[in-house]
Amino acid sequence: MPLGTLRATAHHAGARSADVIVIGAGIIGAACARSLARSGLSVIVLERSAAASGTSAKGEGNLLVSDKGPGAELRLAQYAGSLWPSVVAELRTELGPDFPSLEYERKGGLVVATTDAGAAPLLAFAAGQRAAGVDALPVGIEEALELEPELNPAATAAVFYPDDAQVQPVAATEALLASARRSGATVHIDARVTGAIRSQLHPDTVTGVRTTAGEFHAPHVIVAAGPWSGEVAEALGVSLPVRPRRGMVLVTTRMPHRIFHKVYDGDYFGATQSSDAALQTSSVVESTAAGTVLIGSSREQIGFDERLRVEVLRGIAAKSLRLFPFLENASIMRTYGGFRPFMPDHLPVIGADHRAPGLWHASGHEGAGIGLSLATAEILAAQLLGTTPPTDAAPFSLARASLAPHLGSAA
Amino acid sequence: MSHRSVLVIGAGPAGLAAARAARAAGASVTLLDSSDYLGGQYWRHLPAARPAGNEKVLHHGWSTFSALRRELEADAGCEIVLGAQVWALETAHGAEAPTVHALIGPVDGIRRSGRSFTADALVLATGAHDRTLPFPGWDLPGVFTAGAAQAFAKGERVAVGSRVVVAGAGPFLLPVAASLTQSGARVLGVYEANGIGRLLRGWLPRPWRLLGASKKAGEALGYLRNHLGNRIPYRTGQAVIAAHGTDRVEAVTIAKLDAEWRPIPSTARRVSADAVCVSHGFTPRLELPIAAGCALDADRFVTVDGRQATTTASVYAAGEITGIGGVDAALAEGQIAGHCAAGGHQGDPVVKAAVAARATFTDFASRIEAAHGIRPGWTAWLHEDTLVCRCEEVSYGRLCSAASATDSASLRSQKLSSRAGLGICQGRVCGRTVEQILAAERPGGMRDGASTDRRPIVAPVRIGELAAAAADQTSSPTLISTERP
Repeated sequence: MPLGTLRATAHHAGARSADVIVIGAGIIGAACARSLARSGLSVIVLERSAAASGTSAKGEGNLLVSDKGPGAELRLAQYAGSLWPSVVAELRTELGPDFPSLEYERKGGLVVATTDAGAAPLLAFAAGQRAAGVDALPVGIEEALELEPELNPAATAAVFYPDDAQVQPVAATEALLASARRSGATVHIDARVTGAIRSQLHPDTVTGVRTTAGEFHAPHVIVAAGPWSGEVAEALGVSLPVRPRRGMVLVTTRMPHRIFHKVYDGDYFGATQSSDAALQTSSVVESTAAGTVLIGSSREQIGFDERLRVEVLRGIAAKSLRLFPFLENASIMRTYGGFRPFMPDHLPVIGADHRAPGLWHASGHEGAGIGLSLATAEILAAQLLGTTPPTDAAPFSLARASLAPHLGSAA
Repeated sequence: MSHRSVLVIGAGPAGLAAARAARAAGASVTLLDSSDYLGGQYWRHLPAARPAGNEKVLHHGWSTFSALRRELEADAGCEIVLGAQVWALETAHGAEAPTVHALIGPVDGIRRSGRSFTADALVLATGAHDRTLPFPGWDLPGVFTAGAAQAFAKGERVAVGSRVVVAGAGPFLLPVAASLTQSGARVLGVYEANGIGRLLRGWLPRPWRLLGASKKAGEALGYLRNHLGNRIPYRTGQAVIAAHGTDRVEAVTIAKLDAEWRPIPSTARRVSADAVCVSHGFTPRLELPIAAGCALDADRFVTVDGRQATTTASVYAAGEITGIGGVDAALAEGQIAGHCAAGGHQGDPVVKAAVAARATFTDFASRIEAAHGIRPGWTAWLHEDTLVCRCEEVSYGRLCSAASATDSASLRSQKLSSRAGLGICQGRVCGRTVEQILAAERPGGMRDGASTDRRPIVAPVRIGELAAAAADQTSSPTLISTERP
């Protein structure tokens, strides 16, 4: 329900009504708020704790094409990749030199097979990506060792992806949110959504939300609460099959720069595309601007259980040595874990909720939300404003066939 | 007789007392400490290979320590594991005690051996470390935490300088000055940030309660006699607000403070000195209690009941992590914790004296906080370029400008934006300072529930050490025997 329902809402800092309410001040919510506010809508962002404190603050900040096979998500990632350089430049100009750096870097990714059996599938996967327009360059082991001199020379195949990039996810979230505020959006922290306000004439239609910080009204309500989107949707009276999938990352002490790209073990793809609830680990290693090395990753579905599990750390550590044996003597000083918003069919949900007019979704990006945030916001804003989306939005519809078995009935 | 097993982490006064009490109650005990010696920070001493004749002079309660050590070392039912770096604690489901993962061996050794422990009950006695507020020049060589100066004096018999200024807040300044004097330094003065009015208001209410603590009073008198004897001036309401020098400390600026610890500019004066020892109190080592899921109180100490039991089943806490109360409180709490962890009760006659002593000496903790606690005005002595986080070289100006640029109420976001607290010390030095500066910058404070005290990786662990255990799939926790050996 596009433009027709938009009101010219007089908006000020204490306003309780706006054109759009965005639930969640992670990177998806921040990007949506910015896109909508810049197109002239009044926007209220509601966040249950503080901005950039959930999933957006607990990942590496991957902007990847390398891990995506041909299909809708890859197209979204390619579109997202085209947006990042200009948005980073815009934010730098708008927010000035005092704002923390977004550390955007198109550093490139090197995917490596570490077993004989893994070589052919990796090269076949890359061939499929090339057909879909990805720069996926098979490189010999000698060339791989020129790119990454410390790489385990026993690697069996390698593919280089020059378009893989990196951003500091917290700074990016804060920057998008700050930019949204400069375009008039207001942000309410400590505001946990407890229920929907519905139209008296059309009881399916959502016209606002009740929160622990009072009621807020808008003809459009966007759920962008990452792995907590399922809980928020339930509070609003609809079901959404987003589940938390836990991941851990190890952080080393600072060391001289010896890893230059994002380097993955080829079995990472299997892990991202699987639905297995049991623990899986696969190796993802890169250096940061600060001199630490980030070592991932794990995937397991154990609900919102945040407790440390040593078995997970050990699995990640052991696999990282298959890529970089020199890491054996590197020290882990910190670990962080977060919850990815997992969807049963591995695609995000972007668009209107066909069951509840006025309700929109932007979540379920699993481990790719940082990279896909800008593209998600552009698609959602186009749909909400009634303009043509920049890339085909149909695959991300909540009404898609692959989600039908998971939607259940409205609560 | 108990057939329980008790794991004690930390072999300072609280941990030693807990181990002995648990043994006395019939439990088998395993005692872990990260250093190579028993005694903790408080009874830090020279290695046995080069003992000093005057340990008794340098250490209060040395005979208490000697007896505890002798008893535990001779006891086959108490396994002492020294050089044990506990690097992680994993909670169990239900009422079982957590699993504790340690690496045994020298920290800089190539390959430490991993060992995991579980027991029927866990006693956490991890103590506290120095709290030092930053000031311009605090990163110059010649500026020491009072704890480091004390360790040099007690552990190495080395004085940190010849003309030394001691400054900060709290009763710990006195023993530090005493140790420095005994190791040959000339202490130019001791500067307590709090004014005499606050000191009296903190220490004097209900003075009869102090009568029970006569040993403590004797200790304080000893320090004062030391001061008078060596003519060390003790000044209140003053602080070192800057250190100066090119390659090392050559002078300091001392100023009077108002009641909120803001320096009064007209009172600043320069004093030449070659070392400064600073202490603003202690920060409890909370990594393990937090990892175990123990609740903390409003002052961020571990919440315990009369048995020293935390809010996590089978986990007990004693000593400075439950409140900065000093050695006597730690000994009493440790004894009660060890006794109850072994299955005893706080009403048992054997701990009656400890229960009474705990009441007396924990009263000290509240007096110390009332008299010497940090006041918020201290940030006024910071300059834009004063380093707040030394590991990541984050200045006060940088922290504040990042905070105001993002206007974030997320501590995690502020740390990742500024990098404050993300270095090798993992915020042990600067964590609470960063939190206080951010709180001052943003009314309402941080709202994401994050804490700089939370460190799931308790001590650095090498990837090879982690991977070695992963390869050995049969590795399982050492189950401490539930039978007495």
